[in-house]
Amino acid sequence: MVAHAEHVPHRSGLAAFIARWTLTTNHKEIGSMYLWFAFTMFFIGGALAMGIRLELFMPGIQLIDPGFYNQFVTMHGLIMVFGAVMPAFVGLANWQIPLMIGAPDMALPRLNNFSFWILPFAFTMLLSSFFMDGGAPNFGWTFYAPLSTTYGPDSTDFFIFGVHMMGISSVLGAINIMVTIFNLRAPGMKLMEMPLFVWTWLITAFLLITAMPVLAGVVTMMLTDRHFDTSFFSADGGGDPLIFQHVFWFFGHPEVYIMILPGFGIASEIIPTFARKKLFGYNSMVYATASIAFLSYIVWGHHMFAVGMPLWVEMTFMICTMFIAVPTGVKVFNWTATMWRGAMTFETPMLFAIAFVVLFTIGGFSGLMLAIVPADFQYHDTYFVVAHFHYTLYPGAIFGTMAAVYYWLPKWSGHMYDERLGKIHFWTATIAVNLTFFPMHFSGLAGMPRRIVDYSLQFADFNMLSSIGAGLLGLTQLFFLYIVIKTIRGGKPATDKVWESAEGLEWTIPSPAPLHTFETPPAWPITDAREDQAARV
Amino acid sequence: MPAKIKRLGFKPVQRMNRTTDNKIYRNAGLLGVLAIGMFGFAFGLVPLYEVFCEVTGINGKTAQTAAKMVETTVDSGREVKVQFLGRVGNGMPWEFRPSTHEFDVTVGQANVTEFYARNRSAHTVIGQAVPSVSPGLAAEHLKKVECFCFVQQTLEAGEETYMPVKFYVSEDLPSDVQTITLSYTMFKVSQQEPTSSNEPHVSLVSTI
Repeated sequence: MVAHAEHVPHRSGLAAFIARWTLTTNHKEIGSMYLWFAFTMFFIGGALAMGIRLELFMPGIQLIDPGFYNQFVTMHGLIMVFGAVMPAFVGLANWQIPLMIGAPDMALPRLNNFSFWILPFAFTMLLSSFFMDGGAPNFGWTFYAPLSTTYGPDSTDFFIFGVHMMGISSVLGAINIMVTIFNLRAPGMKLMEMPLFVWTWLITAFLLITAMPVLAGVVTMMLTDRHFDTSFFSADGGGDPLIFQHVFWFFGHPEVYIMILPGFGIASEIIPTFARKKLFGYNSMVYATASIAFLSYIVWGHHMFAVGMPLWVEMTFMICTMFIAVPTGVKVFNWTATMWRGAMTFETPMLFAIAFVVLFTIGGFSGLMLAIVPADFQYHDTYFVVAHFHYTLYPGAIFGTMAAVYYWLPKWSGHMYDERLGKIHFWTATIAVNLTFFPMHFSGLAGMPRRIVDYSLQFADFNMLSSIGAGLLGLTQLFFLYIVIKTIRGGKPATDKVWESAEGLEWTIPSPAPLHTFETPPAWPITDAREDQAARV
Repeated sequence: MPAKIKRLGFKPVQRMNRTTDNKIYRNAGLLGVLAIGMFGFAFGLVPLYEVFCEVTGINGKTAQTAAKMVETTVDSGREVKVQFLGRVGNGMPWEFRPSTHEFDVTVGQANVTEFYARNRSAHTVIGQAVPSVSPGLAAEHLKKVECFCFVQQTLEAGEETYMPVKFYVSEDLPSDVQTITLSYTMFKVSQQEPTSSNEPHVSLVSTI
């Protein structure tokens, strides 16, 4: 362990602490801040979800006034998408990408600091709208015009600038990740030798750079429509509200892959480790990820089947959407083939990774159902859609993140987590996730509309089940917080390699990872001698 | 975090060499340009969408210029119902409505109907009607030979007028279409302030 005491600037106590964390340019510290920020937002968004599920526990309006309910739904979506899932993945990228490619840090460390520190301000701005006259944004996370332009509350402008700021943060973060991957790989590491987590993040970063500016564009149009007399979305001035949906979903569909591709990467790292086999079909995994990213740009119309598009346009979007099942299927089969005849053990990261594969596939199948135009006319705007995207996001993006945290936390903290508690967390969370979201398929198919504070009596049983599941799910995540804190504070020391058959540069450095790693580029490919040495330390 | 990690140290990242640094800045710059380009592309989508809908005729928008009447010799015998709607845009002080709400037309034959407009304000107001046809796929088959929507309309304070539309339904109309709705929205283009200034106040309303 190298001591860096000679670099300590002379500050003391709180000032030192604040300076330390606001000025740091270290990828590990910034990664940790991203992860804690995402965790905080996850609990705020989760608290809103608890409010929603409490209100929906029984038919009728009990706790939350309908206008306030709309604010809950809107902010839950915005915070979970932009505040929890995306920063969590950026945090993982910050920690892991330099370690996995043998880089000393991110390519642009000060920009990295700036990218992170925009986020607390953006979300303070967004959350402050709850305390304003007229309340928080209440038009759904998709903020369709004219609900958000003509009829939006005054706080919509805070929402707009909040989105601008988080967009800048994401784009700068993505640029940083891309140049890190392009320029700072260990000498000799070819692109097609990179770990899949790095590959999926490279493609995600490309999606972020191309999609987030479109989101910035659409909120800018909203802003000028609201205050500067333009008419992008107002028919009165020659505009068209439908343009909003086209531009928004042109961003929105790549966005949903931004929220899942790093999860694919995580599953592709974890499953080979615990199946004790090489990943099946590395090349096809890379190509499948790239195909999904490409297809994500030509399928936005499937969010808008019900607006009244000509048949041939709907058919085109439908067929392109169904094509996505091909590369996704390639991935699922590759993961399954990796496990096939492997010497599998089921530590917590592996359990989460397997649940990721199984439950995400369920979300994929309901997505295929939604892709069918005539079926979508029935499912559109019902709880079936809610069930679909929560299956892709909760057991997808969030279980993926949790798998990654269990997998790499020993490397970060130097301590093993408590395996028994991890397993309890996994099983309760998996049962709770299914109890929460599976009944929504049925209430949706029976016609229960989404985003509405009340519902007809025939949906009462399904909603009560969902609410009980959601309560349990909320508790399991508090339990996860406890496990993470407990692991950081102490526990069985982790070995450098942590997992018996883990592969990759991150396992060649000591546990916990020292603040500065790979100051001289590592040898690539990893030599056995080096691995043996790492195992002995 | 364990106490084992000495975290109180600022240490500049050691880069491989200056060439790597330059490559990093160049790549970051290129990606930044890409991001800015995509921001512009979002705005570009607006006219692209218009152009795409115009070329494919899928947005229920009708031609903005007069169609030539094609004389038909044969009475097709096919009749479709045509409905008319008139409404005004935000802040438009006109009364505006069709004089007939619907009638049956024979496909291929010319028809004339009128829209009534009255300026209810105390100023001269210029208006522009924007047509829309539903179902959208019928838009290209409803041919307007003459229409008040091809030019701007000016009404003095309190003036009223009847404005004609001459149209025919083309024989290419898909056979499943039984009813066509022709809807006009009358938008305010500009208004002359009678007292303060003679300069016409041109709003940012676009004149399609």
